[in-house]
Amino acid sequence: MRKLSLAAIGMYLSILAAFSQSTKPADTAYKNRTLTFEEANFASSYYSQNGNNSAVTGGIGSEKLADLSNSIELKLHKWDRKSRKHTFDFELGVDHYTSASSDMIDLKANSSASHADTRVYPSASWTVENETKGRSFGLGGSMSFEFDYQSFGGHLDFSQKTKDKSGEFSAKLFTYLDNLKLIYPIELRTTTTTARHEEYATTGRNTFGSSFSYSQIINERLQVAFLLDLISQSGYLGLPFHRVYFTDNSLKVENLPGNRFKLPLGFRANYFLGDNLILRSYYRYYMDDWGLRSHTFNLETVIKLSPFFSATPFYRYYTQSAVNYFAAYQAHKTTDQYYTSNYDLSEFASQMFGMGIRLTPPSGIFGIEHFSMLELRYGHYTKNNGMNSDIVSLNLRFK
Amino acid sequence: MNRNLFAWMALTTLMLCTSCVTVKEYRKNKLNDGEMSLANRKVEKTELSFQSYREGSSGANAGKSGGGCGCN
Repeated sequence: MRKLSLAAIGMYLSILAAFSQSTKPADTAYKNRTLTFEEANFASSYYSQNGNNSAVTGGIGSEKLADLSNSIELKLHKWDRKSRKHTFDFELGVDHYTSASSDMIDLKANSSASHADTRVYPSASWTVENETKGRSFGLGGSMSFEFDYQSFGGHLDFSQKTKDKSGEFSAKLFTYLDNLKLIYPIELRTTTTTARHEEYATTGRNTFGSSFSYSQIINERLQVAFLLDLISQSGYLGLPFHRVYFTDNSLKVENLPGNRFKLPLGFRANYFLGDNLILRSYYRYYMDDWGLRSHTFNLETVIKLSPFFSATPFYRYYTQSAVNYFAAYQAHKTTDQYYTSNYDLSEFASQMFGMGIRLTPPSGIFGIEHFSMLELRYGHYTKNNGMNSDIVSLNLRFK
Repeated sequence: MNRNLFAWMALTTLMLCTSCVTVKEYRKNKLNDGEMSLANRKVEKTELSFQSYREGSSGANAGKSGGGCGCN
């Protein structure tokens, strides 16, 4: 009787096991292995600035500049046999600017060849993500071309999530290998450099850096990130058309040390307050071995007017000390080893405020299904030395 | 100043890390909101570029941190 009961239970269990449905692990579910379009972003910005401390004219003179920037980014992805996601990102940017100060490289010219330039910058990257292990690896390259400046960049990325996926560590190694033409102010040129563009001497500037970040979910409404960069630059770190006038009214091109080490530390915290408000905050402390120290505070308040429409007023405050080598127009002594009158390296404080809007209707912008997002942003920037600027940016996303 | 700042940051970090809770996936709807991303927006790209030109410092914000541009 006992044998019969055990046999019946055994049969029951085997039948149950045969008919029960086993849940497929997430990573064995079907994933498209062909290359698939993920999204495209079209970004456009118009930037305009004015001020009276141009480095081209030795710390005095117009800083008027306008820049029109356009870029297109295309993102594709595919899954491999091990259910890892491969993302391919291609970007092409084109900037065109006109600059009153660059025009003053030749003081007698009015709208010389240097008053405007176009920069073209393509880039590509590849990322492999293992969602099960919470790990990703990536690499990429970039180029940038303008008349007097060429740059080639590369980067390697790695990230790893914690076991409970509430934290993520990221590391990035990057380099920029730059080459610039030595276009001196007209009055400091030798005959060979004035003859033809091809005869400008060139020099290099190399940047090697690493970025580390750790992001952590604190609770259902708060997440934070800690950021650290270590950057080393070497080579020609000034610009050859920046004039410096000394106390005796003599003139030279700015001269800065051939090495610079930068150490920025950043912190981000985003908090979802109630159901319709998000606070996005950012703080950065920066120091380098040229003596510059700075603090940056940024606060954005995202007001969700509906689940698909938000308005974001923002405010940014920035303050920095001067580098050890800065002095104003005709304030440097001829005995100084290093000298610059570039006010971007002077002591100042700046403020920026503005507003952004973001639309993500489920039926698409203007009812166009693939037109998934529109972002528009305006900002006004002022320095306490009188320089000011305005920027309008637009980002359109298609999915 | 710097010592106080670092002490304050270390203290904040310690307080935040000790108050962390594991949030289940189905309770991450607020954290997964597009506006909660701990990164810069695409629309800020040019803004970050001009700030790195017009200011002496850069980095720690996913923007450019030196090189790759002839800053006029």
